[in-house]
Amino acid sequence: MRRLLAILLLMIPLGARAQEEVVLGLSSDRVSITTSFDGSEILIFGAVKRETPILPEPLEVVITVAGPSHPVLVRRKAHRFGIWVNAEAVEVDAAPSFYAVATTGAWKDVLTDTEDLRHKVSIGRAIRSVGAPMEIRDAPHFSEALVRIRQQAGLYQMLEGKVALDQQTLFRTAIDMPADLTEGDYTARIFLTRQGKVVSQYETTIDVRKVGLERWLFVLSRQQPILYGLMSLAIAIVAGWGASAAFTMLRNR
Amino acid sequence: MQVYLPIAEVSVSAFLLLGLGGLVGVLSGMFGVGGGFLMTPLLFFIGIPPAVAVATEANQIVASSFSGVLAHFRRRTVDIKMGLVLQAGGLIGAALGVVIFNYLRSLGQVDLLVRLCYVVFLGVVGGLMFLESLRALRKARGATGPTPKRRQRGWVHALPFKMRFRTSGLYISVIPPIGIGIAVGILAAIMGVGGGFIMVPAMIYLLGMPTKVVVGTSLFQIILVTGFTTMLHATTNYTVDIVLAVLLLVGGVIGAQIGTRIGLKLKAEQLRILLALMVLVVCGRLAADLLLQPAELYSLGPAGGH
Repeated sequence: MRRLLAILLLMIPLGARAQEEVVLGLSSDRVSITTSFDGSEILIFGAVKRETPILPEPLEVVITVAGPSHPVLVRRKAHRFGIWVNAEAVEVDAAPSFYAVATTGAWKDVLTDTEDLRHKVSIGRAIRSVGAPMEIRDAPHFSEALVRIRQQAGLYQMLEGKVALDQQTLFRTAIDMPADLTEGDYTARIFLTRQGKVVSQYETTIDVRKVGLERWLFVLSRQQPILYGLMSLAIAIVAGWGASAAFTMLRNR
Repeated sequence: MQVYLPIAEVSVSAFLLLGLGGLVGVLSGMFGVGGGFLMTPLLFFIGIPPAVAVATEANQIVASSFSGVLAHFRRRTVDIKMGLVLQAGGLIGAALGVVIFNYLRSLGQVDLLVRLCYVVFLGVVGGLMFLESLRALRKARGATGPTPKRRQRGWVHALPFKMRFRTSGLYISVIPPIGIGIAVGILAAIMGVGGGFIMVPAMIYLLGMPTKVVVGTSLFQIILVTGFTTMLHATTNYTVDIVLAVLLLVGGVIGAQIGTRIGLKLKAEQLRILLALMVLVVCGRLAADLLLQPAELYSLGPAGGH
């Protein structure tokens, strides 16, 4: 009985912490990829709901958006026989196709390394890489290269200080998604932190889907490949014949 | 205007694609080459995934070649009989090529092999054609009158199964054209091109066909081989992007019509020297990629295939 009481007493501060909750809004919970799709901006905004007075330590907000994860093969070129060829390769077991992290402040102030490790928030931690081949000593270089290449393509984004926080209650950020998005369920996570510790977290999904003609063509190419191939050929031949006929008509006139 | 490509999963400018299609179409009509050897690297360059670029390019070549061949049909510059014999070889070759390609993929390093193929073949063909056309031009300028063309009477004419090709004015064995068809089919499947840049010189120098007939016949043969390749890619790799193909071919078919007309105005020697120069430029660009240290040593690819 005494032990139970002790546990209950221990839980009180934890309970008090969790009293801060996220109430979230998204500008849209689905991104539709149409023929004229050239990227999208998602507005993530929300409020911190609490029943106790605001604590003296400043509140920080970390927001992440992650695309579906896939294994990626990272190859490195080497100079062999006078030409540059792909030599070593390391497989990164899971790397999100898109990943953005936005924070209210400098990275070192908003999240401790331990919490980052636990929740896998930073770009480097969001990638899972185990089991590089034994003969490759510098495996970290390969995952660094993966991050570098995707950062240059705008697929991985580190947005320090890009979350606006008013009155320690209202927060908002905008995340740019590039044109070459992979379809799937994107996960948006919001962490509330105090002194680098996560006090509350919230998760929701954003549906990124091809729609209309895009969707129809994509599905057809996967489910009816023969029909799709024949249709491609038919369009090619009709277009070729049409152009030829049009030019003959123009010339004879 | 940006357009999202459903299979390639990238967004690119529609006008850029139309322009590329048009430019390559003009060259295709002028020289009777499918233009794939030029277009495929250009598509890599604007960020289309290589697998999609190769497969879609095959589909686009069908369109531009079909448009080009119609113009040649009207001028009666297609040797249909020769084209059919070459096609028979081409289909065998394309099937063999796919087997070789898959074997190489299982070994890894297929990218390197494709590039090396490009450099070696473009270099050899371009170099030979360039030297030959220079010699022809010099001879035409130096001689008082046009020297009568001497037919080669080598081993090609000693083989059995002779057939008369009236349009080309040839009476030769079917073995060399079938052999050329197979060789070009293999290359077409491995390199993702129509193979016209190999086919045209092979028909001129090995078979001794007249240059005017060569272009139309080459286009005729390319249609079936690339059509076959498109179907193979669409059914096995799902990499034919129809939106990309349509944009490229709208530019391409118009370009091919213009190119066919330009080609008829130019002299055969000039045509050949231009084609040779272009082949050498593309070869040099690809060779530079292999020889110079790339800015980014690392590259990403989908895993799980090995």
